[in-house]
Amino acid sequence: MTRRGVPTVFLVDDHHLFRAGVKSELGDAVEVVGEADEVPAAIELISERLPDVVLLDVHMPGGGGKAVIEAVKPANPGVKFLALSVSDAPEDVIGVIRAGARGYVTKTISGPELIDAVLRVAGGDAVFSPRLAGFVLDAFASMPADLEPLGPFDPELDQLSPREREVLRLIARGYTYKEIARELTISIKTVESHVSAVLRKLQLSTRHQLTRWATERRLI
Amino acid sequence: MVAGAQRRDHRCITDQFNPWQQHYFEDRHAARALRKGRYGRYHGHGRLQRSRENRMIAGVAGGIATRIGRDATVVRIVLVLFGLVSGFGVAAYVLAWLFLPVEGSTETIGARALSDRQGITIVLAAIPALVIILLLGSVLHANFVSSWGTPLLIAAAGLVLVARNAEDDERGFLVDSVKALLQLDSEPRQSRRSFLIRLGSGVVLLALGVLAISEGSLSRSWLRPFAGTLLIVAGTVVLLGPWWLRLALDLVHERQARIRAEERADMAARVHDSVLQTLALIQRSADQPQEVAKLARAQERELRSWLFEGRAPGSFGTEGAATLSAGVEQIEREVEAAHGVAVDAVTVGDAPLDEELRALLEAGREATVNAAKWSGASSVSIYVEAEPRRVSMFVRDRGAGFDSEAVAGDRKGIAESIHGRMQRHGGTAVIRSVPGEGTEVELTVPRRQGRP
Repeated sequence: MTRRGVPTVFLVDDHHLFRAGVKSELGDAVEVVGEADEVPAAIELISERLPDVVLLDVHMPGGGGKAVIEAVKPANPGVKFLALSVSDAPEDVIGVIRAGARGYVTKTISGPELIDAVLRVAGGDAVFSPRLAGFVLDAFASMPADLEPLGPFDPELDQLSPREREVLRLIARGYTYKEIARELTISIKTVESHVSAVLRKLQLSTRHQLTRWATERRLI
Repeated sequence: MVAGAQRRDHRCITDQFNPWQQHYFEDRHAARALRKGRYGRYHGHGRLQRSRENRMIAGVAGGIATRIGRDATVVRIVLVLFGLVSGFGVAAYVLAWLFLPVEGSTETIGARALSDRQGITIVLAAIPALVIILLLGSVLHANFVSSWGTPLLIAAAGLVLVARNAEDDERGFLVDSVKALLQLDSEPRQSRRSFLIRLGSGVVLLALGVLAISEGSLSRSWLRPFAGTLLIVAGTVVLLGPWWLRLALDLVHERQARIRAEERADMAARVHDSVLQTLALIQRSADQPQEVAKLARAQERELRSWLFEGRAPGSFGTEGAATLSAGVEQIEREVEAAHGVAVDAVTVGDAPLDEELRALLEAGREATVNAAKWSGASSVSIYVEAEPRRVSMFVRDRGAGFDSEAVAGDRKGIAESIHGRMQRHGGTAVIRSVPGEGTEVELTVPRRQGRP
């Protein structure tokens, strides 16, 4: 956080125009402390400036957003990543999330929504765009029983609870957290904790379905 | 699924174009299915229902035939034989009429009859009559009286309930049949004589048959029931044959008329989706001649390919889109190109396109186009999920919204293109809209059983 109490943000994207656009959209709501257009520079500058949130393009030459997260995160666990990208192959998006990003939004997101997403990630929450929610539902969808699990099945990690599924469906339908809270008559905090739980499962599950789903989509 | 939560939502507006929607929550089966977390109205093709299309009387035989995968005629013959051998066949048929839902609805006539007090009173009044018949039968040692009286009385009671509580079309059928039966003696004089002859010979044949069975004047004992049954059947045919023929012909005509009406509705929906939508677009861009020319050309091409090559406008599956997700992408592309509104589509699961899914996509595109054109929102979200038993599609915008009570039923877009289309393919459409907050259209079709 800066002295003004707004989070510090670092931009990583190989398109100059896009970085300029995002910067003007973010405006005063955050403080942009740096930007980079390639993977090695991003790793170096982020480790040096330690921003609250890194806005990260999924697709970049040299390993993409995933490579940046993998290089920075172990040494600097306090830095949070929000993936930002046009329209993407699910394997890339899930890959970035599993590497440690706290959320994913599409580049078509409006300015106020982007600010909201950055603040949310800075505050430790997860941010799911409708598309990511769809990917996750797809990945965790029940598979035929004839597939043998690779490891021991952990229901805590390898399965979405019905409530989490409901929340994800509503996100996929374009509902905001506030609308979801109203629809399910739960508090916004509860919605947030469901989303965080899903994110955790997505990152930690070793579930064979996830692996298999990813393989089918040429992830691994 | 979120169905339960949605139903609690005070914003949920009961679907006014959809006559059975109002019965939805009174129906215990549907309520139970909802509690279990699935939609109750449709359970695919494997459930025993009365057929709407394939029917002579109530569609019971047609429904059974569909369920067991046999020819309806075979089922009919078995049912008729069963009815002739024992009157309980007739009673069973009427009970099936009462307690099997007709295709496209979960509510049975019987469920509605429960709240029909007068009807139940009439049925209860039949019990003393039954007792008297049984007593008379035993006094006269006429077994056939008791063996036929009970089931026929049950059948009559059931028919009373059906006639009082059935949907309009089925009630109309019953009323017409009874009228036709009563009008037999009010025909012109010439045919009145032939009617009297027929009545006389029929009654004589019936009486002979009854006599043969009950008294027995023939020497060989096994011949008696055989000949008696034959005589009764002959008498019945002489008495009621012409009436049956007329009923069957009426039914055929009615079915043809219904098919024609459905074809017309489908065609109207397509014309609305293509031609009328384009005309509306042309009006809105009247000050841009180039744009107008482009729209007109595109529409002309589409119309030609429909009229002369038989390719329906906006049909899915004809040009590449063979799966659900490809169809959704097609909608995304088309609407973005035609209306300049961002469309964000998310698809979970996938399925090959069949007739139902095509109808779902067509209705969904209509909803998306409506949102793009009228809501004023800058983006529209589509969410499609293919589950093993059903496929749902949600189209949502954060635009102006509207008061769906205030939209007239003859507004083609919603009434025909969305509701009508979904209904004709066994699906449902629910529209939730709040002025100032936006609109969400929820479309659901059941998936055919046995699909991966």
